[in-house]
Amino acid sequence: MTSHITSPQFKENASRALVDAPLQQAMGNVRVNFIERRRAAAEKLPEFEGLRDSARDIKNHALEHLDLYLETWEQNVTKAGGHVHWARTAEEAREAVLAICRRVGAKTVTKGKSMISEEISLNTALEAAGIKPVETDLGEYIIQLRGELPSHIIAPAVHLNATQVESDFRRVHTHLDPKRDLSQPVQLLTEARGVLRDRFLAADVGITGANFLIAETGTSVIVTNEGNGDLTQILPKIHVVIASIEKIVPTLEDASQILRVLARSATGQEMSVYTTLSTGPRRPGDPDGPEEYHVVVLDNGRSSMLGTAFQDMLRCIRCGACMNHCPVYHAVGGHAYGWVYPGPMGAVLSPSLIGVDKAGHLPNASTFCGRCESVCPVRIPLPKMMRSWREREFERHLSPATVRGGLAFWSFFARRPGLYRLATRLGMGALAWFGRDKGKFASLPFASGWTKYRDFPAPQGGTFQQRYRDTRKQGARR
Amino acid sequence: MAPHSASSPPSRPRVALFATCLVDLMRPSVGFAALKLLEDAGCIVDVPNQTCCGQPAFNSGDRASAQALALQMITAFEGFDYVVAPSGSCAGQIRRHYPELFEGDPNLIRRAEAVAAKTWELTSFLVDVMKVEAVSASVAGTATYHDSCSGLRELGVKAQPRKLLASVEGLTLTEMNENEVCCGFGGTFAVKYGEISDSIVGKKAGNVTQSGAAMLLAGDLGCLMNIAGKLSREGKAVEVRHVAEVLAGMTDEPPIGVPPQGAR
Repeated sequence: MTSHITSPQFKENASRALVDAPLQQAMGNVRVNFIERRRAAAEKLPEFEGLRDSARDIKNHALEHLDLYLETWEQNVTKAGGHVHWARTAEEAREAVLAICRRVGAKTVTKGKSMISEEISLNTALEAAGIKPVETDLGEYIIQLRGELPSHIIAPAVHLNATQVESDFRRVHTHLDPKRDLSQPVQLLTEARGVLRDRFLAADVGITGANFLIAETGTSVIVTNEGNGDLTQILPKIHVVIASIEKIVPTLEDASQILRVLARSATGQEMSVYTTLSTGPRRPGDPDGPEEYHVVVLDNGRSSMLGTAFQDMLRCIRCGACMNHCPVYHAVGGHAYGWVYPGPMGAVLSPSLIGVDKAGHLPNASTFCGRCESVCPVRIPLPKMMRSWREREFERHLSPATVRGGLAFWSFFARRPGLYRLATRLGMGALAWFGRDKGKFASLPFASGWTKYRDFPAPQGGTFQQRYRDTRKQGARR
Repeated sequence: MAPHSASSPPSRPRVALFATCLVDLMRPSVGFAALKLLEDAGCIVDVPNQTCCGQPAFNSGDRASAQALALQMITAFEGFDYVVAPSGSCAGQIRRHYPELFEGDPNLIRRAEAVAAKTWELTSFLVDVMKVEAVSASVAGTATYHDSCSGLRELGVKAQPRKLLASVEGLTLTEMNENEVCCGFGGTFAVKYGEISDSIVGKKAGNVTQSGAAMLLAGDLGCLMNIAGKLSREGKAVEVRHVAEVLAGMTDEPPIGVPPQGAR
């Protein structure tokens, strides 16, 4: 049971997205807001570039010693009275969560925002077991109502506008006055807050994700802006954290270093509004907190990325800066990528998790403009890793036959300079002759992917090398 | 990324001009403009036999072809003081990615690194190495400049073309919005994902037109052909040229996508 994957239909998804007017409008906002806010936040902090280096180094160190830190972390969770559940696969992770819910007879669970929950399709599994999951992050709540995947890793409903949300609320919140005014975003927020307040109090189990797992203390950390995470994990009797293995950092100091680049890169905030640290269940004398604290730790293919060309991807702290700055993401939005993780980080991570045979389009659908790498807070070389996926696809003959054929034809000539000069002189001469009247081509049989949308400028005629040598000969004769 | 260190050059350095395959095939006048700029700066310029730097193969995952073409380039160009290309993308391929291609080959990586270290994009070579302060060219009009991705982010080309353009008599530079955003070319991407590429270049063409400039300049022919093709399809009369043509004062050739005079 994995959420429905449409990555193989990336091109069809993209075609639909490109003519989806509300989506295009929403993507226009991403293009402006996120970028400007990050830039301002980075400029205000003189040591920002240095902090990116240290965030990268901390994550690299943790990955080099992942086994050691995971074991230390587990010991410290246990010491604090918590329970650790190791899950090799999505299936095992779902089972671990379901087992806890069944044991306590849970009927509803509240959930903070978690990409791991999306990755393992936890909501579908809970519903199948007769347990009602309630997303409490506003964006996640909205897409749950719509039965959609998030389209962005930190702003799940960024593809929607307020009118669409209003009509979803009217459709679902039928117990409220149908004549109520929902024209202002704050009214939507207030309504969601009111509906969710009752759910928080009724929940049997609260499930959150984690931004960090801290080895030295056995602590899990979440950052949120809505405070929903705190209510999710404090009010029910049971708190279940779901996290993947690469969330580990050695110390509290390390986590606080990375926090300094996380929100700045994500939303341009200096810090998220809430940074919540959880260490074990409620202790005697604590004013609040859950009776049980569990962490389900997911591998799901990540450990097999260690020691490969893709290890650096495990540094990712899920800030979303790469997609916020990606021209392809701006054009097609998150859903076109066809699975949980969109944008440049998804283009590298998804093939690792669901297979390059399914996610093969994603690392190819990039212009390699490099803007993602230039803003990544942990300096992941995203274009380089997308290229590594392309190399694997080429080796496994997964790239389209037309691409392979074209490439082989071109490289045959490019590797034979004498033949190349002859062929290009003739080819360009002919093309220039055909294009001499208009200076451009409105259609070309071998480049329809180009000429369907743009004119193809005609060559000037002759090659530079030939014309250069002709000029030199004339010069020598004079 | 900081430009790599420019130790003081020999007074008349021997420069190999790498025209790039697009200039060689599509727009030879850019090659002649580069040649003039380099010679005016005091370089002794040669044009070794050349085909392509191999970037299309490299970015398509065909590592073996990319290595073969890189080795062909290295062999043809390693004997010169400098290698200069009128393209940030092709210069970036040599400078940033050739060493990557030969990682683990102790002999070839040294040769790849040596060529990489002396390879430059044209405008940054003129300004950072040859210390050119001004060009002697006169082109009347307003221009806007698109920062091509590889030049900007791999080689730190940003101020250099603007500095030289400021010295062109009669030319005013008007910056467009989002001048550092990709034009959607991306080599084979423009054909493989034509529809997405079109959406991206549509935004770029919009920014170009909105700037009000009569001329669009950039340092990479791939981007220029893409944007020129879109502007032309939309019927926008913006003159599109490689920055070298303007810096060399060689604007007698028709702009990109415009037929020679008298042909109509």
